[in-house]
Amino acid sequence: MRRPAIPQIGGDARIAAIWNQLVGVMDPELDESIVDLGFVEDIAIGADGRVDVAFRLPTYWCSPNFAFLMADDIGQAVRRLPWARDVHPRLEDHMVADEVNRGTRLGLSFADAFRDFEVGGTLEGLRDTFLRKAFQRRQEAVILGLRRAGWSDEAIVTMDLATLDCAVITDPEGARQKPRYREVLLARGLATRPSDLAVVSLDGEAIPVASLPVHLRALRAVRINMEANGALCRGLLDARYDEGPREATVPPRHACGGAGASKECCGGCALHPTGVAPAARAAGAPLAM
Amino acid sequence: MFRTPDGEDIFIIDGHTHFWDGSPENQANIHGKQFIDCFYAYHTALSPKDKLWTKEQFEKYSADKMYNDLFVDGPDDMAIVQSTYLTEFYKGGFNTIERNLEMAKAYPERYIVNGAFDPRDGEKALEYIHFMKENYNIKGVKLYTAEWKGDSRGWKLTDPSAYRCLELCQKLGITNVHVHKGPTIIPLDKDAFDVHDVDHAATDFQGLNFIIEHCGLPRLDDFCWIAVQETNVYGGLAVALPFIHSRPRYFAEVISELLFWVGEDKILFGSDYAIWTPRWLVEKFWNFEIPEDIKQEHGVDLTREAKRKILGLNAARLYNVDVEAQKAKLKNASLAVAAE
Repeated sequence: MRRPAIPQIGGDARIAAIWNQLVGVMDPELDESIVDLGFVEDIAIGADGRVDVAFRLPTYWCSPNFAFLMADDIGQAVRRLPWARDVHPRLEDHMVADEVNRGTRLGLSFADAFRDFEVGGTLEGLRDTFLRKAFQRRQEAVILGLRRAGWSDEAIVTMDLATLDCAVITDPEGARQKPRYREVLLARGLATRPSDLAVVSLDGEAIPVASLPVHLRALRAVRINMEANGALCRGLLDARYDEGPREATVPPRHACGGAGASKECCGGCALHPTGVAPAARAAGAPLAM
Repeated sequence: MFRTPDGEDIFIIDGHTHFWDGSPENQANIHGKQFIDCFYAYHTALSPKDKLWTKEQFEKYSADKMYNDLFVDGPDDMAIVQSTYLTEFYKGGFNTIERNLEMAKAYPERYIVNGAFDPRDGEKALEYIHFMKENYNIKGVKLYTAEWKGDSRGWKLTDPSAYRCLELCQKLGITNVHVHKGPTIIPLDKDAFDVHDVDHAATDFQGLNFIIEHCGLPRLDDFCWIAVQETNVYGGLAVALPFIHSRPRYFAEVISELLFWVGEDKILFGSDYAIWTPRWLVEKFWNFEIPEDIKQEHGVDLTREAKRKILGLNAARLYNVDVEAQKAKLKNASLAVAAE
């Protein structure tokens, strides 16, 4: 399948900047970057500065609410670039593509975008559900990373934020998740000062050392589920856009660092003859196996 | 029958199979096309390369091919055939009970055909349950909560209309409720794959068994919690099992979680035919050993006895199949065929 490549060096700096922004957009259910997952299909910057980001999901049936969240997050992430004002996320090949695209184009709330479906609610509760799961998955990786680095269970459950910040985790998944764990820990207000406990329950409670194995068991279930979904989503996306069994092909990569089949994705630079593995996939160690 | 490398005969009940027509001629709209395309993506994503079908083969296959794939080339002794209507997507339905019964009628000793109902039909749903019991003596139903109907984009087991149907099933002895959790759209602000309605229904209908297909994936963690609390909740292995080929270590973690939380008495093998064929699944499953480190970490083991239960004995219990009598019956039937 075509997988967008992330620019290494050179090329159109604006395209590179957009890719960098999109790396931070997560599939809420998987807690993985939409770039890493291969969801971003195309990026185009028009002569008037308009930015189009096309994305597609593993199936036509993927949850509409997640699709809406991702479209919304794409728009927000790219608009953080000072020069990008007119940003158009575009969901493709999906059962509610029209509703999502119209909603994001007009800046509608979720309820208004899906007015025909007669929903009144917002997505905040849903977003929170998956942030809690993300917290759990990230925390497990950090705890296991600390154990592997020689920390005792007693030291882990009594560790404060300042100590966590200084702790060195070397296993790849633990090292990857540590800053992400810290981010969600602070965002949820579970730790605010350097002296606050760094490894706490979802409700901010200290974890008795005797309970740590049971606590870890619950975290592990969350992680295994997320990994299953991630593996499934990647497989389905590959299958969907590969149109049948054959060897994977190298994606077209643009000299500017952008990616996508169309010349419009970057204004029409020359294509590199060979593809380069996306940096996030190479560095991210997305799956345990 | 599956014969192990060391000569033991294992009785196999394939808990989740289909006889569908997803062909372009039967598709009513784009959704019908996308539905079968999605199934085909599951097929191509997780099958070994030498087990892949062409799209045309996959869209519609014959009763003979199904029989061959399950019982001749395949190791199944019996198969449970699930009915899924999807009449909004397919002109003649995707696999209605009538289509399934027609396919199965030549082999009554092989197939158990389940019904289906849609609680949004109201009184008609209740009448239909009576009809299926009286005419087809169904022992189970397949419920697809993500099915579209008119303006509705899904339903929950806890809907009052669904409760009326489940009450009737319990009363009539239609005891096995297979639940498939697809991405329901409404309520749109909630988790579309949420499995918590199973929890309530299982508590309230102790006379029913709830078999959650795909082990609740993509909500395996929530499913495990529910299955621990509810003695009448089971997990169907379809979709989880094919990982055994592409990601065996990953499958080891999933089956370990299931063994720990759900237990070996409540896990059912299912090929999800024709998404996957049973032969390679059963062979790989029988030969599968959980890696030592995962075994230690989870504190579980996939023993020979656990494999026997998962591959057939658990489903036999749910469907009141006397395994020894059934083996004798199948042997006589195959001798009769050979003598013809």
